Amino acid sequence: MALIASLNPLLTTGWSRGDAGWRLRDYEARGGYVQLRRLFNDKVSQDDLIAEVKKSVLRGRGGAGFPTGLKWSFMPRAFPGDKYVVCNSDEGEPGTFKDRDLMRFDPHSVIEGMIIAGYAMGAQRGYNYIHGEIFDIYERFEEALDEARAAGFLGNRILGSDFSFDLFAHHGYGAYICGEETGLLESIEGKKGQPRYKPPFPASYGLYGKPTTINNTETFAAIPFILAMGGENFLGLGKPNNGGTKLFSVSGHVNRPGNYEVPLGTPFSTLLEMAGGMRGGRKLKAVIPGGSSAPVLPAEIMMNTTMDYDSIAKAGSMLGSGAVIVMDETTCMVKALERLSYFYFEESCGQCTPCREGTGWLYRVVHRIEHGEGRPEDLDQLNRVTDNIMGRTICALGDAASLPVRSFINHFRSEFEYHIENKTCLVDPAVQRAGSGFFRVEAT
Amino acid sequence: MSEIATSLLSADALKRIEREADKYPADQRQSAVMAALAIAQDEKGWLAKETIAFVAGVLGMAPVAAYEVASFYNMYNLEPVGKFKLLVCTNLPCALSGGVDAADYLKQKLGIGFNETTADGRFTLQEGECLGACGDAPVMILNNKRMCSFMLPEQIDALLAECGHGKAEV
Repeated sequence: MALIASLNPLLTTGWSRGDAGWRLRDYEARGGYVQLRRLFNDKVSQDDLIAEVKKSVLRGRGGAGFPTGLKWSFMPRAFPGDKYVVCNSDEGEPGTFKDRDLMRFDPHSVIEGMIIAGYAMGAQRGYNYIHGEIFDIYERFEEALDEARAAGFLGNRILGSDFSFDLFAHHGYGAYICGEETGLLESIEGKKGQPRYKPPFPASYGLYGKPTTINNTETFAAIPFILAMGGENFLGLGKPNNGGTKLFSVSGHVNRPGNYEVPLGTPFSTLLEMAGGMRGGRKLKAVIPGGSSAPVLPAEIMMNTTMDYDSIAKAGSMLGSGAVIVMDETTCMVKALERLSYFYFEESCGQCTPCREGTGWLYRVVHRIEHGEGRPEDLDQLNRVTDNIMGRTICALGDAASLPVRSFINHFRSEFEYHIENKTCLVDPAVQRAGSGFFRVEAT
Repeated sequence: MSEIATSLLSADALKRIEREADKYPADQRQSAVMAALAIAQDEKGWLAKETIAFVAGVLGMAPVAAYEVASFYNMYNLEPVGKFKLLVCTNLPCALSGGVDAADYLKQKLGIGFNETTADGRFTLQEGECLGACGDAPVMILNNKRMCSFMLPEQIDALLAECGHGKAEV
């Protein structure tokens, strides 16, 4: 199990017992489903509910950071007929592994959040789309759904109210693109997960052509906590325009990779300390602060940045999904970029020519630089290719493939130039190898 | 011929597929195709064209539409694989913590490269993209279902032994 620690435990409250604390009785013992009951007992109106979520300034935890309350208000809730609430648990952004732990240790918080969302938007049915690679978590979520159904939290006339809502789990089977919300909808419909043109947006034309709202797992999980403490108090945990606490998945060259919950606005240096500091006491070189699609930032910028949407944007990157990939001085930046570029090339769905062809170009050029066949004009060539991808595709995968390329070249240009000129890594390959910690170094 | 006699899948698999189809509106049975193909693959080991066509028939969709799905998502085996399929993540966060080393170690121990199967048909090795478990790196998935975490040499040795690596019979 990945290590966890929290500055202000909220979302991770239920994680302390690990795999022993996820069942319905455990969740109820720590206040679970109280907020759902309150909706019916106090006859809370949809408007008041959405207003409370707006007050919290909860921003989408999947990557885009769009205000959740505002998104909910886009749903035509008086529209007669089917409406859907969909949870995006297709967590495949390299570096991100928070939703897996959320569903593993506290699946009912996600379920309660989704039922409340369904109530707020007048939806009768929901789906949780779970990354196919974490099949054990999918099975656990199904078990949790059975528990919730048996207890009367799901189904017809929930807890004796007029509100009916049912929820089901749907698993992916290996396609990063399904994390894009309209690709995800296509996938639930039993098709290739190729993103749709927007507009129309899912709030008007979503799953099966019906009004649909898609939120990230962590976003839904935060809802019961927001209602319990009040929107303003949740906002107060973070900083203005960046409400609440957030899970950060810290991976790479740290002593204790894992999920850490901190208030938004916490200094990066604090988060790094929580993750046990740098592996082997080595020097921090670079950080990708929001998942592989976010621009990389050099150590000195990161060490002066706080972890919230606005500060990281100001520093030139994105908070994204909260996946913090930490790289130390043993990292070859060309090799790091080569691996990321291969990923986007492999995962491009092939629908839009600039992305399908462009991601191949990006990978091949970075690959040849890494393998000592780079040409002096290659760096300009790479930037030119990104110009021809960005903003020219249906979904954001093209931009996601381009931003790492641009930022790696921008911040570590000399390392790329060294590679092209000397046909080898600036960082000695033996040093790189030692950095991974795979082979135990024998004491001498 | 009775339906059972012509079925390519067991009664249990068909029952499980129906349970999946029940999750969706009655006119949207196609939504269950991903789960149904996974169920079929669990039973057959891989998805032959006729298996895919059979699943399509069960859900009332065109065979080509089911094939599109089977060929789009990476975890479906469109060719036979070994008894144990090991998918190793080598993406950047894992690579920083030994993902590539773990893959190299496996290649050397099994004597095969990526997308190859050992001569005894026991192991297939694949390179994976992000499995969503970077904090547990190095990570690998056994037969699509079992996540194996913190796979350093000792843990890899134990896993291979559990799968009968080096034993005569498959």
